[in-house]
Amino acid sequence: MSEKPEKLIDKKGIRLDGRKADELRPLKIEVGVLPNADGSAYIEHGKNKILVGVFGPREMHPKHLSQSDRMVIRCRYHMAPFSVQERKSPAPSRREVELSKVIRESLEPSVFVDLYPRSGIDVFIEVLQADGGTRCASITAASLAIADAGIPLRDLVVACAAGKIDDTVVLDLYDAEDKLGVADVPVAYMPNLNAVTLLQMDGVLTPKEFENAMNMAIDGCKKIYPIQKEALRAKYMAAREELKEEVEE
Amino acid sequence: MPVFFEKKQLVTPGELLAEGDYLPGENTYNQENKIFASRIGLADTENKKVNVVALRAFYLPKPGDIVIGTIVEVGFNGWTVDIKSPYTALLRASDVLSRPFKPQTDELSQVLNAGELIVAKVASYDRAHDPQLTVSEPGLGKITRGQIMRVTPTKIPRVIGKKGSMISMIKQVTGCQIILGVNGVVLVTGKNLEDEELAMTAIQKIEAESHTSGLTDRITQLLKDEKAKQEEKKIE
Repeated sequence: MSEKPEKLIDKKGIRLDGRKADELRPLKIEVGVLPNADGSAYIEHGKNKILVGVFGPREMHPKHLSQSDRMVIRCRYHMAPFSVQERKSPAPSRREVELSKVIRESLEPSVFVDLYPRSGIDVFIEVLQADGGTRCASITAASLAIADAGIPLRDLVVACAAGKIDDTVVLDLYDAEDKLGVADVPVAYMPNLNAVTLLQMDGVLTPKEFENAMNMAIDGCKKIYPIQKEALRAKYMAAREELKEEVEE
Repeated sequence: MPVFFEKKQLVTPGELLAEGDYLPGENTYNQENKIFASRIGLADTENKKVNVVALRAFYLPKPGDIVIGTIVEVGFNGWTVDIKSPYTALLRASDVLSRPFKPQTDELSQVLNAGELIVAKVASYDRAHDPQLTVSEPGLGKITRGQIMRVTPTKIPRVIGKKGSMISMIKQVTGCQIILGVNGVVLVTGKNLEDEELAMTAIQKIEAESHTSGLTDRITQLLKDEKAKQEEKKIE
C-alpha cells in the first residue's frame, strides 16, 4: 500500500474491494490435505492461504514438558518468507510468538485435554500468503485439522474479525483496511456452545461500537461455521454416499 | 426428549445429538442434559444411549488387548515398544526370558533388538502409568515372518466381522494366518507371497468400504475371482 486512499468505504457503503460492510471474503476449506500428518486442513480466506498440520496425541518430547493430569497443546504459527510483499525473515518474530500463544489458547477450551494425560499434540500453522485476518483463518483451519486427527472436541472453533474503517463498523477486514482502518476485533467462537474463546481489540472504539463489532464478528463466525463443517464432512462423504446406497438397497 | 439425527447420520464434533433422557455413549459428551458429538462419525442410538462410531480415532490401550508393536529402544531391564498409541508401552525382560533376568549375563539386544516386531498383550494400563506388555502366553512374541499392514483402529471390528465371520472367511480362502492387533496393525503370514497379497487386498477393501452392507459377499467374490486367476496362472 503506497498511498492512503481518501476513503476506505464510499457513501453507498461499498468497500475498496467491492464488499458491503457485513460481507465476508470468499472462503474455501479443505480437510486431510497432508497424508504425512495425523490431521490437516487448508484454508483460503480471501487472499489468505494457510496450511495446518496436526500431530498426535503422542508422547511429549522433551518429556519434562508433559503434564501428569492433562494433554499439552503446542502451537506454532509461522509465516513463510514469501507470504508478504517484502520478504519476511523466516525466524519467528515477536508477533508470531504471540500469535502462536493466542491461537493455542483459543483452541484449548475446545479440546478434551484431561482425557489423555502425559501426552501432547503439535499444531503447525504455515501461512503461505497473508492478507489480513490470518489469526482468524488459522484458528478455523487448526480446529478442523485437530478434528481430522481424531482428537475429541467439544465443538469446532470458528474465528472471524470485525473492525472499524473510516467511521463504519465492518466485518472481516483485509490487509489494507487493517492497516489504514481505526480498529480490529478478532473473535473466536464455538457456535454450538455459544462460547467465545478469543477476544482481542486493536485500536479505538466506543463501547457502543465495540458491542456492535463483536456481534458482527460472531455473526460472521456463524456464517463460516457451516462451510467449516461441510469441509470436514466432505472428506468422509464417500462413507456417507455408500451408506445412502445401503439404505436404498 | 428429541433426538436430532437420523440413524447412521454423519456428524461432526459439537453437533447436538439428543436432549433430555439420554445417556452419552462412545465419542459423545453430556452438557446441561444435552448430548453432543465429540468426534466425526456416524451417530446411532442403543436403547437410551447415544453412540458415535468414529471415522477417525487413535488407539487407547486396554488391559487384555492383543497388539502388534515395534521395539524402539532396548533399556536396562526391558524394552520400550511403539504400539501406535499416545503412549509407548514397556516390555519387561523378566517377562520375555522364562528365567530370572541377570543384567550381568543377559544381553537384551540379543533377544529383541530395536526395529523388531512383536505380538503382545496389554497387561496393565491406567491414566497414570504407561501400558505394560506381556508375551508370556502362547501365540505371543517376536514376529519372524509375514507382512505388516495398518488399518484405522476403529475399523478392526469390521475386519473381524460378526462373530469373526469376515476374518475366518479370509483365513480359510487364502490359507493365511492373520493376527489383528487392536491397535490397527495387522500381521499376515501365508505359505507364499500371492496368498499374503490377496489377504491384504481383501483387508484393504474392507477398510475402504466399511459401513456398507453386503460387504461379506463382495469380499467372498473378490477372493474367489483372485483365487481363480492364481490357479489359471499356475496351469500356464
